[in-house]
Amino acid sequence: MITAFDKRLLNIIQMDLPLVKSPFAILAEKLDTEETIVIERLGALKEQGFIRRMGPFFDSAKLGYVSTLVALEVTEKQVSQVARKINSYYGVTHNYEREGELNLWFTLLSPNLADQDEILDIIRKLDGVVRFINLPSVQKFKVNVQFSLS
Amino acid sequence: MLDDLDRKIIAIMQDEFPLVAEPYREFANKLGISEDELLDKLQQYRQLGKIRKMGAVLRHRKVGYAANALCAWIVPEGRIQEVGQLLSKDALVSHCYSRSSHPDWPYNFYTMLHAHTREQCRVIAQTLAEKSGLEEYTMLFSTREWKKISMQYFRENNK
Repeated sequence: MITAFDKRLLNIIQMDLPLVKSPFAILAEKLDTEETIVIERLGALKEQGFIRRMGPFFDSAKLGYVSTLVALEVTEKQVSQVARKINSYYGVTHNYEREGELNLWFTLLSPNLADQDEILDIIRKLDGVVRFINLPSVQKFKVNVQFSLS
Repeated sequence: MLDDLDRKIIAIMQDEFPLVAEPYREFANKLGISEDELLDKLQQYRQLGKIRKMGAVLRHRKVGYAANALCAWIVPEGRIQEVGQLLSKDALVSHCYSRSSHPDWPYNFYTMLHAHTREQCRVIAQTLAEKSGLEEYTMLFSTREWKKISMQYFRENNK
């Protein structure tokens, strides 16, 4: 179960995990509680699967990575096989089947364009891939997954 | 530019964040540098935007946001900046990108929407359409998640 305190804690920690020696003490102060309680509840919330990841989130482009979104039309029979092959690449971070003619969408991060091209060329030629649409980003306006809990 | 130490720090910081009183000390120990040096570096990365967020990301479904839609829009070239600013303000939009369009796929702007139900996703998209005056968009609801991970930067060679 998730308590009102847990929700406050999750709302705060989604926005900031302080870059100081004792970050949980700072959060505890904001929540008017003890450091040990913050640590204990975060452990429980992680355990129960509410928290996917904690720590720094890096800007891929600023680390020198190139990224793209690719939409595929894949024949119904071969979707699973193609999806598994795409999953096997290290820089594939999201891969979803979606409704519509373009039924498989994935994102790929690569250290450089040559590596990206190499992988995209392989995927483009997979059995069952009818259409392949590469949609490299032109400008990023926002990346921030944050859910307000009340 | 990033040097070898930067790459090492970034790689290590993707390990599980220790739930202890002094978590950065544990990372610093693994790296063989002092806690102060690590905190300095991380603060620099944040100032430079290399770290875009320090915090936690939740599992959507666990916290009740079961529906998500990739919403693709057609935005006239001259309006991209303005629309980008406007749509990224909405709290229910998590990702917002302009992208190259394609001869047989005219959509050049993408937002990821999150809500409790698909119906709510449709309402959000409708509201964004009205606010922005954009008329052409399509909602791409997911039917199966094949993969969703956080990227492990600078670990390509020791997967």
